[in-house]
Amino acid sequence: MLIFELGGKGRSAKAQYRQMDTEIEIPESHLRKTPAGLPEVSELQVVRHFTNLSKKNFSIDGEFYPLGSCTMKYNPRGVHKAASIPGFLNRHPFAPEAHSQGYLACMYELQEYLKDVTGMQVISLTPMAGAQGEFAGVAMIRAYHNKNNDLDRSEILIPSAAHGTNPATAVMCGYKVREIAVNAEGDLDLDELKKAVGPQTAGLMMTNPSTCGVFERQIKEISSVVHEAGGLLYYDGANLNAILGKVKPGDMGFDVLHMNLHKTFATPHGGGGPGSGPVGVRSRLAPFVPTPIVGKREQDGKDYFYWRDEQEIPETIGSLSAFMGNAGILLRAYAYARLLGREGMHRVGEYATLNANYMARQLEQSGFELAYPKRRATHEFIVTLSKEAKQLGVNAMDFAKRLMDYGYHAPTTYFPLLVPECLLIEPTETESLEEIDGFVKAMKCILKEAKDCPELVTGAPYNMPVRRLDDVKAARELDLSLMK
Amino acid sequence: MPFVPHTDEDEKVMLDTIGVNSIEDLFDEIPGELRAGELLQIPDGISEMELLRLMNERARRDEVVLSFLGAGAYEHHIPGVVWDLTSRGEFLTAYTPYQAEASQGLLQLIYEYQTMISRLTAMDVANASVYDGASAMAEAMLMAVRANRKSKSKKILCAGNVHPGYLAACRSIVRNQQISIDIIDWDVDTGNLDTNYLQSGEDYAALVISYPNFFGGLEDVNHLTDWAHQEQALVVAVVNPISLGLLNPPGNWGDDGADIVVSEGQPLGIPVSSGGPYLGIMCCRQAIVRQMPGRIIGRTTDLDGKEGFTLTLQAREQHIRRAKATSNICTNQGLLVTAATIYMSLMGDKGIYEVARQCHHGLLTLLEKARRLPGVEPRFHGPRFHEVVLKLPVTAKKVLAGMAEQGILGGYDLGGFSENLENCVLVNVTETKTIEDIEKFVACLATVLEV
Repeated sequence: MLIFELGGKGRSAKAQYRQMDTEIEIPESHLRKTPAGLPEVSELQVVRHFTNLSKKNFSIDGEFYPLGSCTMKYNPRGVHKAASIPGFLNRHPFAPEAHSQGYLACMYELQEYLKDVTGMQVISLTPMAGAQGEFAGVAMIRAYHNKNNDLDRSEILIPSAAHGTNPATAVMCGYKVREIAVNAEGDLDLDELKKAVGPQTAGLMMTNPSTCGVFERQIKEISSVVHEAGGLLYYDGANLNAILGKVKPGDMGFDVLHMNLHKTFATPHGGGGPGSGPVGVRSRLAPFVPTPIVGKREQDGKDYFYWRDEQEIPETIGSLSAFMGNAGILLRAYAYARLLGREGMHRVGEYATLNANYMARQLEQSGFELAYPKRRATHEFIVTLSKEAKQLGVNAMDFAKRLMDYGYHAPTTYFPLLVPECLLIEPTETESLEEIDGFVKAMKCILKEAKDCPELVTGAPYNMPVRRLDDVKAARELDLSLMK
Repeated sequence: MPFVPHTDEDEKVMLDTIGVNSIEDLFDEIPGELRAGELLQIPDGISEMELLRLMNERARRDEVVLSFLGAGAYEHHIPGVVWDLTSRGEFLTAYTPYQAEASQGLLQLIYEYQTMISRLTAMDVANASVYDGASAMAEAMLMAVRANRKSKSKKILCAGNVHPGYLAACRSIVRNQQISIDIIDWDVDTGNLDTNYLQSGEDYAALVISYPNFFGGLEDVNHLTDWAHQEQALVVAVVNPISLGLLNPPGNWGDDGADIVVSEGQPLGIPVSSGGPYLGIMCCRQAIVRQMPGRIIGRTTDLDGKEGFTLTLQAREQHIRRAKATSNICTNQGLLVTAATIYMSLMGDKGIYEVARQCHHGLLTLLEKARRLPGVEPRFHGPRFHEVVLKLPVTAKKVLAGMAEQGILGGYDLGGFSENLENCVLVNVTETKTIEDIEKFVACLATVLEV
């Protein structure tokens, strides 16, 4: 039942506002004529309604959620608590520096940590999500070429396996996109890259490990090819969890990157956001970083933290939000880094990789086909169900839906696009052996069901609040808000 | 190590299954020279108890007694229910509802949010949110250029009294698509747009109006909307959601209403929290919904004919359309949508109206008391919502620093915003300020001014 269908005329949570008979000195022509039509419910009705809605949701706290490329690791509650301290929640974004030293100290230190794990020289924390970080990164590449009067560079190269945000970002930054094929082993086609680069190349955007769930082994050569052509190398940090503490993108030759703190640094995904997508650059792009960033100087013998804005960074690509990005998420990432510490940070990539390789091997031994069987898995791997789709008529989406009946969130389906009938599976380092074994067992059961009774699988799910939904009807007969 | 559950025994079982001797062996495809050394900048790990102690100390350092800062981030009462419910793990730790059957709670919630926001703004449809008010305004500019069928122009006409932070972010975001932004100046006496200066015959994709404007003033939106439509430009409205409890919603402006509406959703139950995470509200007319960026939820039916909710119109989005998508945006602000939806449900029309009215009333009270101080006067006249520009006898910088020493943040220094606003401060009053708070503000201002 929708909340609009509950309650009665004139009802509301009356403890939440005062009623006073005060004057309004605003002319009639500016005033609202009819009430909007918000819900009319009591406080208890609100609590019950949203508590019940929450129960119709899978989440990390409730279920194993191996969504590939999304790093659904445990979001520590202590971190949420630390960022929810009233002093932080109530700090106004325009509070003067003298009244912001506690907050700014956290931000400065986070910048330093992120420099260290990425091998970059300057970090800007302001982008509000991965896609905005990508935007900032490519805008910096553009600013760099413009400054060098290198104005004919009109093209961004992107591997065909890349996330959709990469090409969409390149276009938002005014570039044309040229896709480069990925070979059967999951590596970039180096010959095609060599043919593609030239004086029109502004840069190459890539993830490493790639979305194929394998490490790009030719990264040093790729870096040389792109740099020799005068282009820059962009690192999409979506898969940074695989190598956190093991490999620094700066050492691979990347000039600029973004991180997804809601993945690698365990900030809550929140049902689709907020994210946070800080960018890091090597020194040649430092003049262009988005503002503001946090600086430190000595004042009266003590550290004093201050904002560095466009006065200090005149060639900046500018600001990207009204204030300084998703500050509350940055605080969470800082708190997470403090809990992990150096040792814990080194272990993230290791155990994420251990879990993925173990799970891949277990699934392979259970009769599933890996997309890249000869390769080491990274923090994620791909199972392809094209054989099952052809022989049994049960496809990747059917497996995904049936998994829900077994109490598991589905892996990422049909991505990357170049592997047919694929499930991209990322267990993360915070899952236990028992949980992984349980998932493998469920996959085995579904495979058996697919052989014995395929309709059972193609009709799934059965135990969810709804069965499969009519997406075509949703798009054709648009119903995006309740009519009054 | 924190959050990694593996015992030595687990690790051994897993390595044996994989057929390697150590975790190190799993990284054997990575060239040796790329391997990272020690992370020297990261300190040793601490316990949750130590973390909370450290964070409490830092947060305490930044505390202030009272704040009259607004300028785009507003301190409203947040009902206890809002974050208690929003922090439930089922909301906090879910992701984008790609698998609709396992996300009906969130999907229904967003559908309810879309409905509430459409009704509050009097628009046809809302999306499931973008990052914040500033990026919403940038997306609206890009959308207007795509959606305006009557004009091929890549020029936007924008009010000069929109939030300066929004305008700066928009410039950064739209610049690379060769979209240019022309500014309409505001009248130095009223702070509102001077409609006499509107030039007919220039081809613009859209006119962007802020209501209230950055100074808290109310524009003649009916006239501006009709003018823009005559000029074949779309109207982008930038509004404050709480103000819409009281003020004429953009869907009703002029003869035909605004075409795209954006707003900072922070006032709807979200703490000021150093500027984020917030919530970018975005609405439009149904006719141009296919040009809207971001996630959109639709109501449909399942195999058994039962009502359900799902992501829809995904053919606009980057994960399907890639280079041809309406935007690169991927995340929305799901958690903040949850908070705002719960807030709006609690308050209802009546609650939001009362909050808006008390903000307005508090402002009038502050203004009446402050202007009794010698040399203090309102810089602009005319109706305002919950912000006012005070002109002071000395520089705002000096006054604000003096007030801050007494623990009161007195407002936003407009000295850097315009040379016409030297000695001016933008002061915000919400329903959270009692008469005693307002008296403290005035007394503090008096001591700093030594009057």
